[in-house]
Amino acid sequence: MGGNGEFEPRIVGILCNWCTYAGADMAGTSRMQYPPNVRFIRVMCSSRVDPQFILKAFELGADGVFIGGCHHGDCHYVTGNYRAEERIKLVRKLIEQLGIEPERLRLEWISASEGNVLVEVMNDFVKKLKELGPSPLSKDKE
Amino acid sequence: MGEKEVRIGVYVCHCGTNIAGVVSPQELASYAATLPNVVVAKDYRFMCSDPGQEMIKQDIKEHNLNRIVVAACSPRLHEPTFRRVCAEAGLNQFLYEQANIREHDTWVHMRQPKEALEKAKDLIRIAVAKAARLEPLEVQKVKVTPVCLIVGGGIAGISAALDVANAGFKVHLLEKSPTIGGRMAQLDKTFPTMDCSACILTPKMVDVARHPNIEIHSYSEIKEVEGYVGNFKVKIVEHPRYVLADKCTGCGKCAEVCPVFVPNEFELGMGSRKAIYVPFPQAVPNVYTIDREKCIECKLCVKVCEPEAIDFNQQEREIELEVGTVIIATGYDVYTPFDAPQYGYGILPNVITSLELERLLSSFGPTGGKVIVPTTHEKPKRIAFIQCVGSRDQRLFPYCSRVCCTYSVKHARQIKEKYPDTEIFIFYMDMRTFGKGYDEFYEIAGREYGVNFVRGRVAEVRRVPGTDKLMVRAEDTLLGQLMELEVDMVVLASAVIPREETEQIQHLFRLSRSADGFLLEAHPKLRPVDTLTDGVFVAGMAQGPKDIPDAVAQGKGAAAAAIALMGMGEVEIEPYFSIVNEELCSGCKVCQDICPYGAIGMTVDGKSNINSVLCKGCGACAAACPSGAIDTQHFKFNQVMAQIEAAMKR
Repeated sequence: MGGNGEFEPRIVGILCNWCTYAGADMAGTSRMQYPPNVRFIRVMCSSRVDPQFILKAFELGADGVFIGGCHHGDCHYVTGNYRAEERIKLVRKLIEQLGIEPERLRLEWISASEGNVLVEVMNDFVKKLKELGPSPLSKDKE
Repeated sequence: MGEKEVRIGVYVCHCGTNIAGVVSPQELASYAATLPNVVVAKDYRFMCSDPGQEMIKQDIKEHNLNRIVVAACSPRLHEPTFRRVCAEAGLNQFLYEQANIREHDTWVHMRQPKEALEKAKDLIRIAVAKAARLEPLEVQKVKVTPVCLIVGGGIAGISAALDVANAGFKVHLLEKSPTIGGRMAQLDKTFPTMDCSACILTPKMVDVARHPNIEIHSYSEIKEVEGYVGNFKVKIVEHPRYVLADKCTGCGKCAEVCPVFVPNEFELGMGSRKAIYVPFPQAVPNVYTIDREKCIECKLCVKVCEPEAIDFNQQEREIELEVGTVIIATGYDVYTPFDAPQYGYGILPNVITSLELERLLSSFGPTGGKVIVPTTHEKPKRIAFIQCVGSRDQRLFPYCSRVCCTYSVKHARQIKEKYPDTEIFIFYMDMRTFGKGYDEFYEIAGREYGVNFVRGRVAEVRRVPGTDKLMVRAEDTLLGQLMELEVDMVVLASAVIPREETEQIQHLFRLSRSADGFLLEAHPKLRPVDTLTDGVFVAGMAQGPKDIPDAVAQGKGAAAAAIALMGMGEVEIEPYFSIVNEELCSGCKVCQDICPYGAIGMTVDGKSNINSVLCKGCGACAAACPSGAIDTQHFKFNQVMAQIEAAMKR
């Protein structure tokens, strides 16, 4: 994948409109740099993330899936992030049973002002995924 | 759209060099043209400009486009712009999708143009995939209650209240303390004009009290907030004063006879007040309050109160307000510099903060306007001011408090006017006297008043053994030498910090805070008074450190924004509510437990039924429904799945 043959993980990110998507915008406005491995998709709330969204991404070969929401207590829809948290825990167990390392599914709370946190998380996630290597379902394996 | 053929137009914005400087818009447009259903793909220097908008409108008509994708900045910036363009060309505005190739690509991968180009292609493909599946939606209109709640009765809140009220709208002005006036009431004079703070503030306070459209809720706090733009329900709690506001005349006889002395918060503990008190003489409302924690219930006040205003049985009162707009102007606190022990605050009594000096300078302050050395009660012969105490300090508060440089200059000049012989040294990192007339104000302090400015951080303040004097050790970085200065008094320009209640306010109104802890505006430049919650605006220091002119300007700006909203009478809200497919619904009620708004009920047939006005469109129910019977408009299952598929295609 990478130009020099190094493994470059492919990540799908699903972000809530109010916090993490805005935080990613903040990273841009501040010209902070992070690895270009992730593609963000916007939903209104992390609680909208259907487990099937995550499973679909892995099925299609994603090396990592990132979900971003608001900090506890800050959810624009009162309790959505708590719902997301519970759901992601279950999905993580599920993918483990499917033979996918649970660390490939990452959930983070990043506020609209925390562009720097988004950058740190992306750096770290890409690093961890590089250590893990391609997903067992990755199409790029061969 | 039903059976109709999907015809997508894709427009790639150069955004000057912001996008075009990293990736080739022409290449992106040619790539977009190869995607399914894309009929037209073009690039242009500034899509958001008039010619850019015109181009889209023309193409919609000419090429019969029924979906539009713009690849440009964040949809959080220009989605409303391009939705309007669609609507103006006769296309339903929700048939629009934006690919964020600036904030999420060219700005964050500036040094990897090859990868950025690949990512931009992916982001466009994802947007096109969603666009193909978009459905036309009708905006919902809700009415806006023509009432504004303003939280905080400082100068920002007062300025906002008067403008909103003068525009003919009802205002509820909520203040936590027993009087409005805020921090400005504690200030002696204001820079750079040297107007007496009280002289310009108190007439405004009286205007507020007398205004027929303003109702003041002092000594009150917010308990609960429900609702949404135009239709907020706010529960407030009015604390008991134990003095009936409609009977008290403010004569003050009660305080004369009250035997209990309490350190006065308004004087920062330097003076005293009684257990029955008004915070300061010009308080509005001019109603006394009993501090029940300190009151010994001797009831001498009851005996002297002619209008019989004192009521020891007064209870806390809960009031529910229905308001259409909210302005948050909750102000700031001043940092108590205990975490900067090198300056000795709290250990050396002759080290005070600038706000304390402000009270000493005030003619109605604890010393009647005399600046005295706390331990000797004598006129200080030499004073050192230390700037940036807590501010611009990576260990404490990394931001600049913005007002300290100019107020320290003001203090120096005030002291020089009172005591021309007193020597003044201001230790600074760099002087930031940025406002209109401020730099001139600073120049004169050095040139005509003989104030000494020393560029350098103070390392330590310690007591000169056997005396009340203080030794200030610093480096004069302009001369490149260490200096030791013996002074009578040290004044610390302590940081401006967010109020403790900011967190509570943040949660009540679902706002965000920036890294410095102050409330976050919707856009740092273009939406400085809006918050991320529609209908809630922010003004004054609650949003970040600022001086009085800026706080007033922001208060008036927030008022204008609230007036505009209430003046329209109704507001459009995005129709992102969830819908139930009754054929699939099994009536298990999982969704009902999950909905944070109680928006889901049951039909007579035992199927879930979502109230589209109560539903806010989070989609939690849709993700939870075990039968796949619920979907969320504009974020539908098939739409997001198509985006994920597009993201992984290559």
